[in-house]
Amino acid sequence: MVRVLINVPKRVKAGEPFEVKLLIGHPMESGQRRDTMGQAIPRDIIHDLVCTMAGQEVLRATLFPAIAANPYLTFSATARQSGDLVIRFTDDQGATQTETVAITVDPPG
Amino acid sequence: MKWPALLLATLLLLGAGDKRSGYLDASPGTRSMQDDDAANPGFLWVLQGKALWNQPAGASGKACATCHGEAPRSMAGVAACYPRVDPTLGHPVSLDGQIRQCRVGRQGTADVPPDSDTMLALTAYVGLQSRGLPIAVADDVSARPFLDQGRRLFETRMGQLNLSCAQCHDTLAGQRLAGTPIPQGHPNGYPQYRLEWQAMGSLYRRIRNCMTGVRAEPFAPDSDDLRALELYLGWRANGLKVETPAVRP
Repeated sequence: MVRVLINVPKRVKAGEPFEVKLLIGHPMESGQRRDTMGQAIPRDIIHDLVCTMAGQEVLRATLFPAIAANPYLTFSATARQSGDLVIRFTDDQGATQTETVAITVDPPG
Repeated sequence: MKWPALLLATLLLLGAGDKRSGYLDASPGTRSMQDDDAANPGFLWVLQGKALWNQPAGASGKACATCHGEAPRSMAGVAACYPRVDPTLGHPVSLDGQIRQCRVGRQGTADVPPDSDTMLALTAYVGLQSRGLPIAVADDVSARPFLDQGRRLFETRMGQLNLSCAQCHDTLAGQRLAGTPIPQGHPNGYPQYRLEWQAMGSLYRRIRNCMTGVRAEPFAPDSDDLRALELYLGWRANGLKVETPAVRP
């Protein structure tokens, strides 16, 4: 389990874009470095990230090694009905983590 | 005739108005990372620190919160007064040292090393409760000898490069070292997230970095020298606002 900070508004208006800010505490080891004994440090990055809102996919990202540790991702999304914003990501160690935030969607107007 | 003039010049140089946080020397991008709590990676440690604060630990089965209650109330302004001279121990204690004493001595946990995630998380969480408050390290009678010792160390040339802290951080602050701005070296954002480290780090890590940089042997973590230097650095930054958790290049 890694530390994750998700910043989203608790209430949004239906159809209006809102910002999702995501900060994940992960080493994002590139696989290019060697330790003090000259041994290659195996790659360990988050390579897949999916975000769904009320069951519907809003973002799917493939990440590559040239990303700093503790990656920060922001993107916009819209929602039509209240539900859970679910973020699921998988790293090179095969660990998959899921984070959920409930968002209430108010009718437009 | 010369000494009073020199003293006056030093006092003017070190007046709160001339103190400059390293924040101002950072790039706009780095500054905006620090300004936005959602983008500041230091908050990953704050999050962990908040969890640790409320979680019973060690043989006593007590959490920090058992004695200290809610951190935003009980810890407000606390970090701004550290390091301070502990009357029973008779030497300066940093915030790290105080937390270590509490955890090992009162909660009965295993030792908490200076740069462990546990220590960084707790100092970040406690430090955050003083964010925006001016640093107020006491310079009372008990602190004087340590402040003098710290100042002496700050002004002592060391290492193969034969440089003192003061040569860069007093005399040449504001200029550049190979393209990088030289800050005044105030410890007002520790523990802080450094992009170079890609992690949170303590003031001790920063001092160690500087000392190996001038090719000197770093002070040991429990040494009197380190305690005195940290106290002096804190006092030297008096009046600057706490920025914990700061983001620096």
